[in-house]
Amino acid sequence: MTEHPSSSLTRVAIVSRRDVVVGAGCAGLVALLVRGGVSQAEGARPATFEEAMKAILGEAKPIASRILLELPEIAENGNTVPFSINIDSPMTPADHVKAAHIVSSGNPQPSVASFFFSNVSGRAAVSSRMRLAKSQDVIAIAELSDGRFLIATRNVKVTIGGCGG
Amino acid sequence: MTGKPRIKLPETITAGAVIEIKTLVSHVMETGQRKDKDGNVVPRNVINTFTATFAGREVFRASLSSGISANPFISFFLKVPGPGELEFLWIDDQGQRIAEKMPLNVA
Repeated sequence: MTEHPSSSLTRVAIVSRRDVVVGAGCAGLVALLVRGGVSQAEGARPATFEEAMKAILGEAKPIASRILLELPEIAENGNTVPFSINIDSPMTPADHVKAAHIVSSGNPQPSVASFFFSNVSGRAAVSSRMRLAKSQDVIAIAELSDGRFLIATRNVKVTIGGCGG
Repeated sequence: MTGKPRIKLPETITAGAVIEIKTLVSHVMETGQRKDKDGNVVPRNVINTFTATFAGREVFRASLSSGISANPFISFFLKVPGPGELEFLWIDDQGQRIAEKMPLNVA
C-alpha cells in the first residue's frame, strides 16, 4: 500500500496545457522510435495524453466522485512511485466497477495500466508502483457497470525523474 | 532477469471474506527508451499482462505498460469463493511466461 496518508479525496481532472506541452518533449522521442519501427508494440498504444484519455472515455463525461487515488505528494525517486486506487462500489452484479485505469499527463507513455475486476473481486481496489518522468498530474478512471465513469486526479512533484532510467 | 514470484496472502482465510492478494515478480520492465553504451535503443520489454485465476476462472487481470516500475508489484482483492487454488501468470513482450500457484487454505 502507499505510505501516503489518506488525505484529499478526488479533484476534477484539469490538466494544464503547459503540462501536456512539456510532456511532449519526452513523448517526441517515443514518436520517433515508433516511426522508425523500433517499437511495434508501443505503436499500438495511445501516443499522447489526450489520446490515452479518449481511448478510455470515448465521449463520456467522467464524474469526480467515489474514487480515491492515493499517491505521494512528493516523489523523491520517479522510478518507483507507489499508488493505490480505491473505488466506492457495492460490487454487486447490478452495480459494480468493471475496470480502473491509470493515466499519466507527462510520461512518454501516457497509458500506465488498466485493471479489470470480476464478480468475485469483492472490493474495487488495486495498488502498484509507477514511473513518473517528471512532476505531473496522475489520473485514475473507473469504468462502471452502468457505462458511467469516475475520475480522480493528483499532482505529484518528482525530485528525480524516472524517464528512461 | 526473473526469479520466483512472491505472493502474500492473509494468515487466515475464511469463505466469503474479502482478502488482499499482494504479488511481486522480478522483471526489468525495459521502457524501450533507454540506449545501451553503443547508442542503440534497448527494445521495450515489459510484463504487458498479469492474470489471476481461481479454480480455472479469471478473477483479476491487469494490462501494464512501460509506466509501471521494474519488478512490478500488484495488489488486488478477492471475495473468497471457497477452498481452491489461485494461479498467477505474468507475460512479457518477448512472450516469456512466469507462472505461480498458491493454494487458498480456507479456515
